Amino acid sequence: MTSTTLLQEINQVRDEALSELEAEESQGKLHGLEAWRIAYLGRRGKLTSLLKRLADLSLEERRSAGALANQVKGLLLNKLSEVQGRLKEQPPIESPVPFDFTLPGQPINIGRLHPTTQMVREICKAFVSMGFKVVEGPEVEWDRYNFQMLNIPQDHPARDMWDTLWIDYKDEQGRYPMLLRTHTSPMQARVMEQTQPPVRVLVPGKCYRYEATDATHEWHFFQVEGLVVDEGVSFANLKATLYEFIQLIFGSERRVRFRCDYFPFVEPGVEMAMDCFFCDGKGCRVCKQSGWIEIMGAGMVHPKVLKGVGYDPFKYTGFAFGMGIERMSMLKHGIDDVRLFYGNDLRFLEQF
Amino acid sequence: MKIPISWLKEYVDIDLPIPELAHRITMAGIEVGEITVTGEWKNCYVGEVLTSRRHPNADRLILCTVDIGREQFEVVCGAPNVEEGQKVAFAKPGASILNYHTGATETLQSARIRGVTSNGMICSEFELGLGEEHSSILILNNNAPTGIPLYEYLGDQILELEVTPNRPDCLSVLGVAHEVAALTNVPIHEPLMSYQEKGEPIDNLACVEIDVPSLCDRYTASLISGVKVGPSPRWLRDKLSKMDMRSINNVVDITNYVMLEMGQPLHAFDFRTLPNGKIIIRQARPGEKLITLDGEDRKLDPPMLVIADSNGAVALAGIIGGDPTQITEDTTDILIESANFNYASIRHTASDLKISTEASLRFEKGLRPELAELGLRRATRLIQQVAGGTVAKGIIDIFPGKVNSNTTVTLSSKRLRKVLGVSLPMDRVKRVLASLGFSYQRKKRGVIQVTTPYWRSDISLEDDLIEEIARIVGYDNIPAIPLDTPIPHGQPQPIRELRECIRDALVTCGLQEVITYPLTSLEVANRTVLGEEMLRPLKITNPMSRQQEYLRTSLIPSLLGTLETNRRHYDASIRIFEVGRVYILREGTLPYERETAAGLLAGSTISGKEHPFLDFYHVKGVVETALTSVGIRPTFKQERDSTLDEHRSARVVVGKVVVGILGEVRDTILNDLDVEDRPVSVFSLDIEKLLDVLPSTGHKFRQIIRFPSAIRDISILLDTNVLSATVDGIILRHKLVVRTLLFDIYTGENIPQKKRSLSYRIYFQSPDRTLETEEVNSAFQEIIESLGNEAKVILRD
Repeated sequence: MTSTTLLQEINQVRDEALSELEAEESQGKLHGLEAWRIAYLGRRGKLTSLLKRLADLSLEERRSAGALANQVKGLLLNKLSEVQGRLKEQPPIESPVPFDFTLPGQPINIGRLHPTTQMVREICKAFVSMGFKVVEGPEVEWDRYNFQMLNIPQDHPARDMWDTLWIDYKDEQGRYPMLLRTHTSPMQARVMEQTQPPVRVLVPGKCYRYEATDATHEWHFFQVEGLVVDEGVSFANLKATLYEFIQLIFGSERRVRFRCDYFPFVEPGVEMAMDCFFCDGKGCRVCKQSGWIEIMGAGMVHPKVLKGVGYDPFKYTGFAFGMGIERMSMLKHGIDDVRLFYGNDLRFLEQF
Repeated sequence: MKIPISWLKEYVDIDLPIPELAHRITMAGIEVGEITVTGEWKNCYVGEVLTSRRHPNADRLILCTVDIGREQFEVVCGAPNVEEGQKVAFAKPGASILNYHTGATETLQSARIRGVTSNGMICSEFELGLGEEHSSILILNNNAPTGIPLYEYLGDQILELEVTPNRPDCLSVLGVAHEVAALTNVPIHEPLMSYQEKGEPIDNLACVEIDVPSLCDRYTASLISGVKVGPSPRWLRDKLSKMDMRSINNVVDITNYVMLEMGQPLHAFDFRTLPNGKIIIRQARPGEKLITLDGEDRKLDPPMLVIADSNGAVALAGIIGGDPTQITEDTTDILIESANFNYASIRHTASDLKISTEASLRFEKGLRPELAELGLRRATRLIQQVAGGTVAKGIIDIFPGKVNSNTTVTLSSKRLRKVLGVSLPMDRVKRVLASLGFSYQRKKRGVIQVTTPYWRSDISLEDDLIEEIARIVGYDNIPAIPLDTPIPHGQPQPIRELRECIRDALVTCGLQEVITYPLTSLEVANRTVLGEEMLRPLKITNPMSRQQEYLRTSLIPSLLGTLETNRRHYDASIRIFEVGRVYILREGTLPYERETAAGLLAGSTISGKEHPFLDFYHVKGVVETALTSVGIRPTFKQERDSTLDEHRSARVVVGKVVVGILGEVRDTILNDLDVEDRPVSVFSLDIEKLLDVLPSTGHKFRQIIRFPSAIRDISILLDTNVLSATVDGIILRHKLVVRTLLFDIYTGENIPQKKRSLSYRIYFQSPDRTLETEEVNSAFQEIIESLGNEAKVILRD
């Protein structure tokens, strides 16, 4: 084989390719162009096959034939993109039946978790990331755990803080010893009775109060309780832990405030508030113009509580905290009426 | 508790703006709610009546010239008590005044009254909103500075305190003053308690006996003879009125005043009504009667504590006095009681008799017995001041609780550091304690012995003192230090883990979670009884309503209720579930709280056609899918349940354990509800049973078979009473079959009565080789034979 024949063949392929390209353009189909490209310029295309034969020629012949082949390749590629460009500019061909892409998609039925469950999980997640273990306890409780072991003996003035629903069951002294727990705090005593320090637990659960319902009060609600006990756990640790929690849930720009408050099972007692994120602390309807939103009660576990479960209050110290779930959810979602939570109107629940 | 700033200022100097003061009190433990400003009184001033003369055209009207410093005004006044030289409350034209005749607030304007122009008004209490008196003008003290705005002289700001149960001392103005003194670092002026005793020794006249020393820690009394009972002076009425208390008479008002001032409840008896001047503190006798001051005829019983004379009970100790011994206008000799009663006893009696008084509210919280004597002396001084009389020499003071009263607590800087996590210099600690009224003695380096002041009943432990220090220093001034103690070991509660997985699985199945009230009525609880036995629900002894009287034993009624309420406004299909507890009564102990998952489907399906409504098969699909996704393979057995349709229901069984039920709710139950949905399908699963049958190995991977499967389709005709599970079982029994798929069910045309046609696709596959066609064909033939023999199945073409 000589270079002359190869050069001729290259020129033939060029002519053939150009006339076929013209034919494809008149067909007006982009996919026809692709077939054309494969036929001439593809891995096994006609021009590519000729190029492979260059290896058989002498160095000089290879130079002239190679130059021509590359020139033809460039020409074909240029022509191809010209034709592609022209074809793309043409308006799309109308399909016989108009297609309505605005019709609704095929319905897919989805389920959702109740906003309370979502909030419980979010709070648990935050504390689990700080090494807390989640445990749960009974909703029907003994007076002993709900009150007495929390330093609230019979007739203690603080009992008025929790209006209680009592179970119709009397003990030998004629007292009602069984109740619907008014807070998740009884689990503090139960956990400590069952385990030795160190303790770091989180207790979500339902609670009940004898209370009329209104936009901010429910007789049936959820709380999350936390308890940390070990040697060397301090008030300063309480502050850092709760501050971290607030930042995890409400964002790192939030500020917190700690003030003295009273709960019989802690000493010192704490109420933690967060600066109002609706008004950035300037004062609005949500924070009742105070700039602060109360989030939870907390404090150092009372020495009498530690003693009551058999811990040495001189050796161990700890802190506990408790918060209402619905309140957190209301703040997060801007819900203005707590009664929506357990009214179970699907128009409400489907928003979460 | 209301605290008027004006009254507070009698004990402490207040330089701070009031909102800042309120903030400090709040941060230190007693939340200040509202701050009410009384009397804005724009354009009102302290005025002096320079001249007064008769109105030329009206006998009963007086013309006055009133000086307010820079200006003088001529006004017409109708009040009979106006006189020259008086200091009065003067309203210029433009002031807002309460009109007695209309009851409305009006803007005062100059007016011509019988030919004379009146430029303003000399005001009565009523017109200023200070009281009921409207026919005479309000006369101010002679030392009132003429010309200052009336607000500066008479106005006030009242703090509304939410006092926590541990701080009965803050149920008094003086108690709050002590708090303010500590928070603003100013000294306190204690009220005066001295008086002259010119009468006979009290022991010669009166006698007190305590029958139950365990319920009465201290009883003190003084005696004043020759008092003049009458209306209280203005300052006294004003103070009580600011605290929303009615004025009774000067003697009773002082007892109330001292209670508000110092926190010690007191009671005054008409001494002449007590035979031999003797009283006894004892428990009530069974059925004993007493007409109390509120007019109620009360029947008393032991162990209620009463004050009695030889005839019977004269007062309900620490709660309310009795009618026959009360102070009247005829009273001349009074016995003043200031005692300390057992808080629990008072609380019990008050709650048993459903009576709550200012006295009982304070006693219930536990007061210091030291306060009794101080309150008595203060009241004696003031009663003598306002009602006159001669005070008997000495007081009666029986103090059985003295031995128990321990008022010292040891505080070490080591403990302080341990609890707060930060060291505070001992000097700072001592300053804080002193500002709160505590005194202290050094025990050794870093340890002090602290004595609590007489008004604080809430300090008995070292940690109580630590809170005192922390709250005055300010919680915000204690640093935040992250926990650095080790994270404890611990396994998650498996029931909780499984429950949350099931919750997620049900959401994945397209169900919306609801959470409903666990309390219900007996009627609703009994309406749907799931399972074989009827469960007796736990009862609430003090339910809020009949609808919330029993703890539920099933979640199904709650779901039916949710369906019903949503159907009022929601017409799409409803797919809901709840994961919650039901409460199973156990004698003598806490109930078994069974973790349960239940769901309800009602309405039309998305796909329509073969199953236009959500029915048995949909609810079964949900249960199958949800359980499979948590690693449990359920089977189904026939169920007879009073709630569910006789036929269209089934038990959910895993191995041999019944883990739940499902089916369509009986029409008899649905007919009681306001819903049109038919059917309504439900399920209920016992999560603890599911935990028992959950494979302990967890989820294990199965090899994917790499050899191709062969497929044969078969259509069979069989009796309607042959269950598809039977057919399935026969097919799957063959060792080459890996899976079947029921793809068509047909009855109707071309199918005989009591027969139905089922079409299955059968998948043949071997884990270790490609099956030969002949092998598959003969296996298929064997299956057809077995079906014919065992289920009387006929092959269709």
